[in-house]
Order: sequence, then C-alpha cells, then structure tokens
Amino acid sequence: MLLLALDTSTSAITVALHDGSGVRAERAVTDARRHTEHLAPLIEEVLAAGAVAPAELTDIAVGTGPGPFTGLRVGLVTARTLGFALDRPIHGVPSLDVLAHQGSGLVTGDLLVATDARRKEVYWAVYAVRSGRVERLSAPAVDRPGDLEDGVRALPTLGRGPLLYPDLFLAPLPVHDVSAGALAEVAVGRIRSGTPMPVDALYLRRPDAVPSVSTKSTVPDGWRGA
Amino acid sequence: MSDSGQPLVLGIETSCDETGVGIVRGETLLVDAIASSVDEHARFGGVVPEVASRAHLEAMVPTLERACAEAGVRLADLDAVAVTSGPGLAGALMVGVAAAKALSVGLGVPLYGVNHLASHVAVDIVEHGPLPSPTMALLVSGGHSSLLLVPDVTADIQPLGATIDDAAGEAFDKVARVLGLPFPGGPHIDRVARDGEVTIDFPRGLTTGRDLERHRFDFSFSGLKTAVARWVELRQRAGESVSVADVAASFQEAVVDVLTRKAVDACRTHGVDHLQIGGGVAANSRLRAMAQSRCEAAGVELRVPRPGLCTDNGAMVAALGAQMVMRGRTPSGLDLPADSSMPVTEIQA
Repeated sequence: MLLLALDTSTSAITVALHDGSGVRAERAVTDARRHTEHLAPLIEEVLAAGAVAPAELTDIAVGTGPGPFTGLRVGLVTARTLGFALDRPIHGVPSLDVLAHQGSGLVTGDLLVATDARRKEVYWAVYAVRSGRVERLSAPAVDRPGDLEDGVRALPTLGRGPLLYPDLFLAPLPVHDVSAGALAEVAVGRIRSGTPMPVDALYLRRPDAVPSVSTKSTVPDGWRGA
Repeated sequence: MSDSGQPLVLGIETSCDETGVGIVRGETLLVDAIASSVDEHARFGGVVPEVASRAHLEAMVPTLERACAEAGVRLADLDAVAVTSGPGLAGALMVGVAAAKALSVGLGVPLYGVNHLASHVAVDIVEHGPLPSPTMALLVSGGHSSLLLVPDVTADIQPLGATIDDAAGEAFDKVARVLGLPFPGGPHIDRVARDGEVTIDFPRGLTTGRDLERHRFDFSFSGLKTAVARWVELRQRAGESVSVADVAASFQEAVVDVLTRKAVDACRTHGVDHLQIGGGVAANSRLRAMAQSRCEAAGVELRVPRPGLCTDNGAMVAALGAQMVMRGRTPSGLDLPADSSMPVTEIQA
C-alpha cells in the first residue's frame, strides 16, 4: 500500500505518504488563506521525499471537514481529481476524527475537538479515548463556543478553539491543526477494517443566500415626471 | 506530443456557475462538456457564489469523465492542462485551479493558468480558424462588458473600454426581474422581445457629449436598468397596462445599439477590420443581427462563435492553452493562485 493523505480543513495544508506500515513522509504549511497555492507543491514534495511516482500510489485519503468551505474544497477536489487521474480509490475521513486521534496519545477519557468555523463559531465533536482507542460520542456540529455546555468546554480540547476563545475552553491541548500523517493512520485502519469512508464534504451550514422576493422602488417620493 | 504534432490539451473553466471541461487537439475542438448550476441559482435571482462553488466540487470529476469518454481521449495521452485562473468568483475559481493542479501532478503534464477573457477570444480559433491580427473583441456577459484590441491573443491584449457599472448581462437579469421573467434574463428577454416593438426610447449610456469624450469605449448599463424599472413602475402605479414585449424589445435595442455602435467605432478608430463577439450576451439574436448589419456597412468582418462557445465553457480554456503550448510558452507553477481580479492584460498567470 502507498497511500497519499491530505487535509485542508484547518489552518494547515498538510500532506503525508503512508506505506502500509507507517508514515514515510509528511509536509505541512500553516497558511489559512492560501490552500490553493500550497497543496499541489506539498504533494510533489512528499512524493519526492518518499521516492514515489504518482502512478505508484494505491490509495488517496482526504479530510472531509468540517472546515472553512473554500479551503476544504481545495483538498476535496484535489483528492477526487487525483483519484480520477490515477484511477485509484479515494477515502474520506472526517477531519475532527483525525484531531481526536492526534490527541489520543495525550489524554485518556473524554476529549473535545473544537476548530475555527469563523463567524465566531467553532466546529466541534466530543470523543472518548479508552486504552488508545478513539470513539466519537457526538456528531460534528457548528455552534458559538459559549453555547456549548460547561462540562463539554471543560474537557481537554484540541484544535484552534482554545486559541481563539481562551476564556471559554479551559483545558487546551497543544494540538491545533490536522496532521496528514495522523489522517493516513486513521485511513489505513479504516480501510483494513472495511469501514465505509464517504468523501462528501461536511459543510454543516447552508450557503448564505436568500431568495429574491421583490425589487425596491425606483421611483423617488414625490416623483412626477417619467 | 502526439504523432500529429498537435498538442492534446484539456481545459477547465469554473469562474462562475458553469463547470466546463473541453479538450482540443491543436486548433481542433474534440469535446466541450458542461455542467451548469444555473437552475440552483434561479430562485435567488442571481448567481450565489457558495452555491456555485459547491456545485463545481460535485460536478468536476463527472464532467472530466464525460469529456474524456465523449472525445475518446485517455488522460494519459494529454500533453497539457489549462485552467481559468481568473478573473471570476474566487471560491469557484479555486475548485478548477485545484483540479487542474491535481491532473498536472497526477499525470506529469504542464499546467497553464490562463485568463478567462482571453479564453473567450481564443475560442474562435477552434470555431473559425486562426484569429486575424489585430482583432477587435467585444466580450459581453453577466460578469463582463469589454472592448479589447487583440494583436495576439496569447501575448498582447489591450483593453480599450469596459463597463463602469453593471455588466450587460447583469442589466438583462435585472430588467427581466422587473418584467417578471425568470433568471437568467438574457434568453427570456430575447424571446419575449421578438413579439414586441421598439416603442420606448430608453437612454443610451455614455454616448453623448462629455460622457462620450471621457468614456468613448466604455459602457454603462446601470442608468438604463433604472430607467426601465422606473418606466414600468410608474405605469403600474397609474393602473396602466405594460406591454412586457415592447419594454423588453426597447430595452434590448438600447443595449445592443450601444454595444454595436461602440464596437464598430473602435474598429474604425483603430483601423481593425475584424470584430469578434463573445460572452453569454453574444447569444442574443438582436445583438447578432445588428452587429452583422453594422459591420457590413462599415466593411468589418464579424466573427461570432456558436452560442455554446460564447457562454462560459472549458473548450475556450483548452483552445487558449493549446496556443500557449504551440508557442512554446513556459507553463505556470504549481503554486498558481486563483486571481479573482486578474487583469485582461495578464493572459497567462
């Protein structure tokens, strides 16, 4: 197995290569506004570092979010198109699951993942870590951090939520962005266990748009002429 | 490169609401596959960027598949990939740019990020053959209204004028809404206007006096749109009946009159004997007819691609990309950004 993993759901643009036994190469750039520019060069770097030609890849794995939409789509369309170009399967992993996996070596018990959803909100989910195994306890959601229950916000927390809202998240862990190496490990495990891995984007929000109902008057008050 | 010596180039276009994938070999069009999200925007009365971006993501691979299948092309045979890197909706552009890079990395072929407006000009190469030099181009769509002097579509495009407010297609959409016609307005106004007469003398923006001096080749459609809305509203308030067909015909006549008058004036002024019209509004039947008669009167040859190649599409991107390959231009880097306000003078990023 030669699996290429990538994620653009957080401030990091992150790419890794997994050879079935471990992560062979990993690169990341932190630049929340320029996912498009960084991703493809990082893929080339990782392939070069792993001494792998694109055609040798057997699988593509991608973080499906949730995350800021524009950046998230860069990763998803890259993975899907690369999978099409190489005729290889693509596997989706919810990005919050990856962060929880990154925290599984740091804590035992329940933990919170809270990432930046912009607009004063966070994407979040609660996980349980027991003897190194990670289980998701709540579906990924998007809310104002102050609207999360006190008990949830007191959990050890991964992601940028605590950096953005330090008064609201009381037990920050030093893991802020998704690592593609961790994503690759989760993906390899799920592929081997036959877990379904859809590649649908986890937007969690509808597009901002309101149907047009009327046009405003173009005739000023007191208008007499034509 | 293939046996024929003609590069096989795939082009991707996602600057607005059409996901376009076209493939050309040299100057021959092999396929033009399109997926449009226009129906999803209709109830909003205009293109919603986030809706368009989501649709691009879902349509990208299916449209690539369809293009390759219909053209009988294997991806492994491609010589280059071209993509619209601007101007357009930033989030929409990024989907196409990222997809093009994935093809470039996966297939090991060069990437060309090209200008959307230049592509609208270049598409006529695969329709009517090499572009005469220089060519005058009138590009009119929902996002653009530009007059361009084009000595070389791959290297030298000189903007002479552009809209200073609404694009022509935007005016069609807004007037359609006033008249109770669906989005996008262009085709509906064109259809309804055929049963109407030009009975109302709506204003022609930037065509007289100092406006003309200062904005000889620029356009303005905002005042026209407001004039139409006001005309209709006043009659409705007075309880008079409004002939939608006559208003549509009169509005359309005003737009088309200004576009063709300025385009022919630009040809005369710059000594250019070829005019090409592109962009979605180029599908308008009245624009085609008036441009034809005015060009004939002025001794200018008119070139207009078929309507499907006037609206946004991937073939135009492939057409320009192939020109870049044939001229030996240096490919774009994999760090190519999407540039929502890319100037028309920047033909390749």
